[in-house]
Amino acid sequence: MGKKLLTANINIPGIETFDVYRKNGGYASVEKALKTMTPDEVTEEVKKSGLRGRGGAGFPAGMKWSFLDRKSEKPRYLVCNADESEPGTFKDRYLMEKIPHLLIEGMITGSYALGARTSYIYIRGEYMYIVRILEKAIEEAYAAGFLGQNILGTPYSLDLYVHPGAGAYICGEETALLESLEGKRGNPRLKPPFPAVAGLYAAPTVVNNVETIAAVVPIVNGGGDEYAKIGIGKSTGTKLISASGHINKPGIYEIDLGLPVEEFIYSDEYCGGIWKGRKMKAVVAGGSSVPILPADLILKTAKGEQRLMTYESLADGGFVSGTMLGSGGFIVYDETACIVRNLWTFARFYHHESCGQCSPCREGTGWMEKVLHRIEHGHGHMSDIDLLVDVAKKIEGNTICPLGDAAAWPVASAIRHFREEFEYHVKYPEKVSNPKHFEIEPFRSEKKLEAVGA
Amino acid sequence: MEEIKFSEKSLALVNKIIKRYPEGRQKSALLPILHVAQAEFDGWLSPAVMDLVASILKIKPIEVYEVASFYSMYNLEPVGKCLIEVCQTGPCWLRGSDDIVEHLQNKLNIKVGETTADGMFTLKTVECLGSCGTAPMLQCGAKFHENLTTEKVDALVEDLRSANARSSYMR
Ligand SMILES: Cc1cc2nc3c(=O)[nH]c(=O)nc-3n(C[C@H](O)[C@H](O)[C@H](O)COP(=O)(O)O)c2cc1C
Ligand code: SF4
Ligand code: FES
Repeated sequence: MGKKLLTANINIPGIETFDVYRKNGGYASVEKALKTMTPDEVTEEVKKSGLRGRGGAGFPAGMKWSFLDRKSEKPRYLVCNADESEPGTFKDRYLMEKIPHLLIEGMITGSYALGARTSYIYIRGEYMYIVRILEKAIEEAYAAGFLGQNILGTPYSLDLYVHPGAGAYICGEETALLESLEGKRGNPRLKPPFPAVAGLYAAPTVVNNVETIAAVVPIVNGGGDEYAKIGIGKSTGTKLISASGHINKPGIYEIDLGLPVEEFIYSDEYCGGIWKGRKMKAVVAGGSSVPILPADLILKTAKGEQRLMTYESLADGGFVSGTMLGSGGFIVYDETACIVRNLWTFARFYHHESCGQCSPCREGTGWMEKVLHRIEHGHGHMSDIDLLVDVAKKIEGNTICPLGDAAAWPVASAIRHFREEFEYHVKYPEKVSNPKHFEIEPFRSEKKLEAVGA
Repeated sequence: MEEIKFSEKSLALVNKIIKRYPEGRQKSALLPILHVAQAEFDGWLSPAVMDLVASILKIKPIEVYEVASFYSMYNLEPVGKCLIEVCQTGPCWLRGSDDIVEHLQNKLNIKVGETTADGMFTLKTVECLGSCGTAPMLQCGAKFHENLTTEKVDALVEDLRSANARSSYMR
């Protein structure tokens, strides 16, 4: 069983209150950082930890922090990305709801390292009940002297605010988030300049995911080197995985990076295997944006090596036979799931969420949704399948922000690995007329179905 | 036409929100204030309400309209007292969200996007709300209803109806 760095105390009754959190070692990182370390020393520990951004892209957090323009005359900002809208991802919500002070502690320690005097938590508007939880916790932290003027009697002062969005996945993209925080539509900005140079109000800004900021707490407490001992290679530390779909135990699991995928899916400590005694057909390992893999390829790489929960192992094989760790949104599909219908829901999502600035994304996501709708409802043509591949190719790499890629990859990968299922829909329209078609008669491709105890 | 204004309580909140942002950046308060406005004025943002917000923030009305029309949580038309939003994205679909939507359509005798004749319920489908591990789910106001079954949906609808409740993200 792995170490729980973020969730060890999450089930202690009352842990959402300052007193209980503090009694259980809370806010130690703030004391340590402000009283015994310089801001650069804090950044150095984060660098040493090897921590990579937990929001999806996996960019090294320490490196991002060191890019922050410290020469600018302008104020600096730390902005927490709590927009969490990638389908299949619900880990940030879990942390903020159950142990809000952990994020606040990480925000204080992180803001100190970056020299920010005002910081914001941008949270998706649908999580409004969590806004209340965070605001209450922030109030407690002010009252206890961990926020406001001269924190713990040191020269360092910080104000922290929660800012709700209002329903737009695109505001998870960091520059769209900053636009939204400035009171505008969430249209991503052209980069460069990067936020580290010109972010919020054109001032130097770091945007980090909730889980990334929370991880700063154990890193400062235990030291970056200790943190880096967990995991394999460049995948250090622990990761929260949001597990959903056709498994016995959906939920959030904090794993050591490096855990075998097979163990994660079948061990009772984690997902507990496929529900209803069925076989596994496919997995989307890192949120809806990453390529879907059939069961055989999620358990073993194309080279036949055991697949591990690391950035590198999941990506092994590139887009031909690999995928990505992404946000850790782990969606499992059993043999009755229809890959086409699933993909159609994703395409509808990306179409709905495209901000509309770039024509390949705005138009392409709409086309993909329409074509998939028609295939799924038994009105497709064989040529539609290649049409989808073509549209996806034309979006990929041709847009301002990565939402275009995120819409294209699921389509390209589903067709690459499950083309016969698309063809089946075109060939047998009568069989797919019932929306639950594969629950009635599963579509089997034995080679890709994982054999469990069969 | 009657002049619309915020209640004293809401106005205090609005002023508190504006102070969270640096001098001259009061426009940053727009999204949070629109939430306050929507909660105060019957769950939707009429042009008059948006104009009021513009005047408070000292920005042009168009700056409010373009934002309000971008974000899916702002309703630009009247909605029922209770807005029921069912998630329908992949992970929820895998666990039966289609059945929940169909059940609600039958129970309320409306289609998705419609409001019941008595103005009590509006039914909407939405995309992933971060509850995929407790799917299927729906949101009504600030509250998430998870691990739904048709029985749970029935009980919820009855509760809302008998309480004659108005849903609001702000509560
Ligand atoms: C369309 C899109 C949506 C995104 N949504 C989120 C999100 O909800 N939460 C998040 O932390 N990062 C999201 N990201 C990634 C952010 O742009 C950014 O990389 C991240 O917040 C950086 O933090 P990290 O380095 O700590 O991961 C999204 C990116 C894109 C392109
Ligand atoms: S890729 Fe799509 S979401 Fe991103 S900026 Fe372009 S249109 Fe907007
Ligand atoms: S798919 Fe419904 S909450 Fe995520």
